[in-house]
Amino acid sequence: MTTVGVVEKWVLIDAVAVSAIAGDILTAGAMRRIGDLDLIRAKSGISGAAKAVVSSPMFLLGVCAMAVSFFSLLFTLSVVDVSLATPASAAITFIGNAFAAKFFLHENVDKRRWISVAFVAAGIILLAR
Amino acid sequence: MKHTLSPQRYLILLAVMLTVSVGDTMLSHGMAQVGPVSMHHLGLLMIAMKNPWVIGGILLLIGYFASYLTALSWADLTFVLPSTAFGYVIIALLAKFWQHETISPYRWLGITLIVCGVGFVANGPSLTEHPPKPSEQGLEHV
Repeated sequence: MTTVGVVEKWVLIDAVAVSAIAGDILTAGAMRRIGDLDLIRAKSGISGAAKAVVSSPMFLLGVCAMAVSFFSLLFTLSVVDVSLATPASAAITFIGNAFAAKFFLHENVDKRRWISVAFVAAGIILLAR
Repeated sequence: MKHTLSPQRYLILLAVMLTVSVGDTMLSHGMAQVGPVSMHHLGLLMIAMKNPWVIGGILLLIGYFASYLTALSWADLTFVLPSTAFGYVIIALLAKFWQHETISPYRWLGITLIVCGVGFVANGPSLTEHPPKPSEQGLEHV
């Protein structure tokens, strides 16, 4: 069903992945700034925890990026085969998240986590076959 | 210090995996009952919102997002994401045993790789410990 050229196809898939990575990194960064939700819930209740989350501009920006990713996936699926678009964007997102978490969130992405990311990304591609 | 998770926090990760996989499967089951939605028949989406499978799926996906955010508040993104990828395995197993779909050898291999990947990360620390900022160190002495 692919109706676009190779370059356009990969630009669309990358757009889905990049916006998904932005969404994941922004929401993870927001949750890190907000702090342990279990502690906030114990102190202020569920409404207090929900208020802390939805009043974070970084979280809201992350949700916007997730929405962009969702709609760009919908558009991509209308012109690129689902058997390519879904696993390719998921695998790129997985690997990209590891790089972005290392550089933006300063997470300790050690050898164990890289191996895990590689296994899961390969597994996602195989699941779609 | 190695950050390990309490049993309650492993339950949160389990909730992330189960809610997303069962939620997606319920949505898929519900939308199969509703039928294909096209741009000319968007009204079908309102009918879909009355389907109990779709309603159940949406409620589970709201639960997924809440438990996912909770997990991100005490664990690294690179720990949570591979852990929750186990949801793909649950979806495949639900597709086989509930929806009676055929799982190809490639998919079984994919499932095995994901399980191995989750095993790698699950044994490691869940959170990167950053050294306290100078301002925070000063506060400790106050």
